[in-house]
Amino acid sequence: MKLLFSYLIFPGFLFSAVIGLLAGWFDRKVTARIQWRVGPPWHQNFTDIIKLLGKETIVPEGARLTFLLSPYLGLLALILASAILGEAIFFPTPGFIGDLIVVIYLLAIPAIALIIGASSSANPLASVGASREIKLLLGYELPFILAIITIIVKANGGIKLEDILNHQSSYGSSIFSLSGAIAFIVALLCIQAKLGFVPFDIAEADQEIMAGTMIEYSGLPLAVFKLTKAILITVTILFLIVLFLGKDLSPLFLILKFVMILVIIILIKNTNPRLRIDQALKFFWGPVTAMALVALFLAVKGL
Amino acid sequence: MDFRLKALTKSIWVFHVSAGSCNNCDIEIFDCLTPRFDVERFGIQLVGSVRHADALLVTGIINRKALPRVKKIYEQAPKPCVVVAIGQCALSQHMFRFGYNAPEPLDKILPVDVYIPGCPPKPEAIIDGIVKLVNKVRQKK
Repeated sequence: MKLLFSYLIFPGFLFSAVIGLLAGWFDRKVTARIQWRVGPPWHQNFTDIIKLLGKETIVPEGARLTFLLSPYLGLLALILASAILGEAIFFPTPGFIGDLIVVIYLLAIPAIALIIGASSSANPLASVGASREIKLLLGYELPFILAIITIIVKANGGIKLEDILNHQSSYGSSIFSLSGAIAFIVALLCIQAKLGFVPFDIAEADQEIMAGTMIEYSGLPLAVFKLTKAILITVTILFLIVLFLGKDLSPLFLILKFVMILVIIILIKNTNPRLRIDQALKFFWGPVTAMALVALFLAVKGL
Repeated sequence: MDFRLKALTKSIWVFHVSAGSCNNCDIEIFDCLTPRFDVERFGIQLVGSVRHADALLVTGIINRKALPRVKKIYEQAPKPCVVVAIGQCALSQHMFRFGYNAPEPLDKILPVDVYIPGCPPKPEAIIDGIVKLVNKVRQKK
């Protein structure tokens, strides 16, 4: 019962979906203000989801069964990740050994679900989008994991979220050391790509391949994908807070840190043009991985 | 009022079908999204894929090549979906109506819900048309 509650309601589905949809609205509003527009009202993203639930679902000719199933795969995996992270933040429980690694794996699943769904939709533009998503996934996972290893090294080899939080509460947030700061920048760029925001929205480039991976989705499955994306915003930002800013997790500071990271992501989104897929891959495997390796080296040296 | 209908009219995602227009109406549609008019205030968004669309904005005379494609696009859109004819060409084929390349006006092909005249219509006129469309959809239920 307790498990079901934490999976479905408090740190899990309902909580993270509401926070994620509000964060999505915040993104749209800040974007609008940057462009001197007024922007949508606060309930806009909720309205979008409700509207999509009432629309017809079209299954294209030649689509496989995975076309309809893959949205739920991504959503269920992500809810589990948000439940594990939320438990670690809001109710400091012992957790289990290696829950950090489980969260890393669960965060990769929404992208995989998108790839499966797109490649079973029998649309050429969707397959272009899927191939770009795969390349992007290969690109950002390497520096992301290196940045997380930096944090693990700093926490004396702890692979539990609790160990990392405890280490930070006694020695200060890891972002305030040199290696932690570099790793934070790396992780922030990887989060940007994971969320599919400009400059890394190559997989669903609206102007060139028309929503790419999501092109064939309509109605309920599209709503599930939008919800997955909303929860992904919550989960990735909470993950960054746990890894890099885990010193003081009282509600006020938590909200401030959440909004701060969100604003940084939105500003990066609004001031950069979209990269090509080869540029993005070069960027992640070149400078970003080099930065992550430097951070790892510094962390091993104890800086 | 129906909850679903309210959500539908508060978040209209539009898809832009340019069926042989001279590009002026298209430019005026994009003007609606710019800071001066900003239709995102009302939840109106331009989408890239017709599968996400709630409204089709059709511009231009429907020429011989575009006609089957316009029909196909309407069939691909998830229902409920409304059709908006923008500009004099989409309404009545304007000065091209005796042309060899203009077989039928739009309302002989698709069920058009609202007509926005003008060559090209001003962004104010387009927004006015959308408001009329929303009121019509809400009363129809």
